[in-house]
Amino acid sequence: MSEQNTNLSEYIPDVPEHNGFTKVVLELGVANHPGVMSHICGLFARRAFNVEGILCMPVGSGDTSRIWLLIFEDERLSKMIKQVEKLEDVLYVRQHGGEHPVFGRLDEFFQ
Amino acid sequence: MMQMTGADLIVKLLERQGISTIAGVPGGAALPMYDALSKSEQIHHVLCRHEQGAGFIAQGMARVSGRPEVCLASSGPGATNLITAIADAKLDSIPIIALTGQVPLSMIGTDAFQEVDTYGLTIPITKHNFLVRSAKELLTAVPAAFRIAMSDRPGPVLIDVPKDVQNQMVSFEEFPDVVVPDAAPSFDIAAIEEAAKMIEAAERPVLYLGGGVIHSGAAHMAVTLAEQASLPTTMTLMALGAMPMDHPLSLGMLGMHGARYTNYVLEEADLLICVGARFDDRAIGKTAEFCPNAKIIHVDIDRSELHKVKNAHVAIAGDVAQVLSELLPRVKPQLRKRWLSHVESLKGRFPLAMPGIDNPRSPYGLIHAVANCLDDNAIITSDVGQHQMWVAQAYPFRRSRQWLNSGGLGTMGFGFPAAIGAALAAPDRTVVCFSGDGSLKMNIQEMATAAQENVNVKIVLFNNQSLGLVHQQQNLFYGKRIMASRYERPTDFLKIADGFGMRAVDLDPAPNPRATLAEALNTPGPCLIHATIDPNEFVYPMVPPGAANSEMIG
Repeated sequence: MSEQNTNLSEYIPDVPEHNGFTKVVLELGVANHPGVMSHICGLFARRAFNVEGILCMPVGSGDTSRIWLLIFEDERLSKMIKQVEKLEDVLYVRQHGGEHPVFGRLDEFFQ
Repeated sequence: MMQMTGADLIVKLLERQGISTIAGVPGGAALPMYDALSKSEQIHHVLCRHEQGAGFIAQGMARVSGRPEVCLASSGPGATNLITAIADAKLDSIPIIALTGQVPLSMIGTDAFQEVDTYGLTIPITKHNFLVRSAKELLTAVPAAFRIAMSDRPGPVLIDVPKDVQNQMVSFEEFPDVVVPDAAPSFDIAAIEEAAKMIEAAERPVLYLGGGVIHSGAAHMAVTLAEQASLPTTMTLMALGAMPMDHPLSLGMLGMHGARYTNYVLEEADLLICVGARFDDRAIGKTAEFCPNAKIIHVDIDRSELHKVKNAHVAIAGDVAQVLSELLPRVKPQLRKRWLSHVESLKGRFPLAMPGIDNPRSPYGLIHAVANCLDDNAIITSDVGQHQMWVAQAYPFRRSRQWLNSGGLGTMGFGFPAAIGAALAAPDRTVVCFSGDGSLKMNIQEMATAAQENVNVKIVLFNNQSLGLVHQQQNLFYGKRIMASRYERPTDFLKIADGFGMRAVDLDPAPNPRATLAEALNTPGPCLIHATIDPNEFVYPMVPPGAANSEMIG
């Protein structure tokens, strides 16, 4: 081994700052059966993508549910949405602004 | 009206999907499925010695056949032992169906004997998974599993079946239809036209092929595109064979252990046409410095890969074969004499050095000696480590699905069971597994399976009594402090093979190793071919992890 190689080192990148302060609301149509929430939350948790609020209720006959997620804007958001869209049990993903009223009247339950 | 148990229904549905071989290990919670298998005349069950072996045998079959193949295990440790093989299939987009037994529904969640949350454990490593709660659900879950595994970007699907569901009677009118892959996503022709214009306008384009080209069966079209537009072409580890290595436009493999000239050509590119590849860190090095002057055209069937690592100027979400068939008639033939002669001069100045190529007792020499005994029909698998990189650099791959290896997960222990699977799927071909002593030990128990099945698998063992790539990195990047990468006690692999009932030959004492090698490779049946390799042989060139591809050493 030549001496020139003794100063080499691995380069391990720093964790970039991701979180912004603007809130975003995601609306997900999903199949309604046990385990669907695990699939979705796992994607966010793995990436340390903070989910501020979750609401989920069945829709219509109960074959599908709608999940509302309140999250902070993040430069990875569009990539995150593409990952969520790939899940077999996710039927659609819609993005709304943070002013969407769905989380608006819940404050009184979190006093 | 038909009536049968859930277990019988599973076996019937597998048969209807054309499954003829299953690799597995039985256990308590899978016994009804095994009982059902005993009645199948179509399905040959390969009894593995460890569930991970079963997972990789299914992978080996799927990587050769290109269609979903099945592995089977019991609950608890049976399922957890499958996990590495499933995760490996996810990262390399390989369609396998993992069937696992589970404790009865009423006992789920009680810490019952051999209970583990297989569904929960496999969420992040499968394309999709099912916990089947009634025998009736099997009528939709099993066909869905096949459809999902083989549609769009392929991947592993797990079906967890509680024991009482396997025993439950189910009545139904008709079997569900045999499933075929979903239609690939449609794409915008305007983007294809834009891509064709960019290729025409480029002065220094490079074609960058990934495993998606193999999955899509589009290798011949990729080669035609390269020839038509005179595109120097590099391949990822997963795409080797898509363009013959001896093709005049081939740049070989890019990245961490690519040839110097390959990485230099990419450095100078003004257009990168990425087809079915995903800008993996081992391929591109430091992201910001990869192809710094190039515009990017990116074709991938998985929309989430587009703009994931590098922003593309034109991104096309579609099946590679379909996209190329639209692109080819729109791309003008060009000669690009200037660029190709510049590439040629870089190749002349910075070629891949293969010291010892004429010496069959050295790494490159042994690989070439093996290649000289085989034709393009042979299938080559590898384990993970130095031997894998040497083979990737030096073996003359010339066709799709000739080369099977663990690219994304980098699983030591992949090569040998995958080779058994390959031999089961293609019994007329010779299958050679290049392995190292570290890797081989990780699934060495499957020697018993290979002997039992009498598959035509030859292990070429590069024995340096080390975890060679770790040893190399400690030498290069950790001040030569060798920690836990040398095996102090030698292992007698010849005796081990003999103990498992597998033939073994040793090249070390052979007066004419080429002749011994040729005899071993040309004799049908499983065989271990042992060769001692110097632990101080390193794989060069090497891009230090995290560095730019231009910063190669060696």
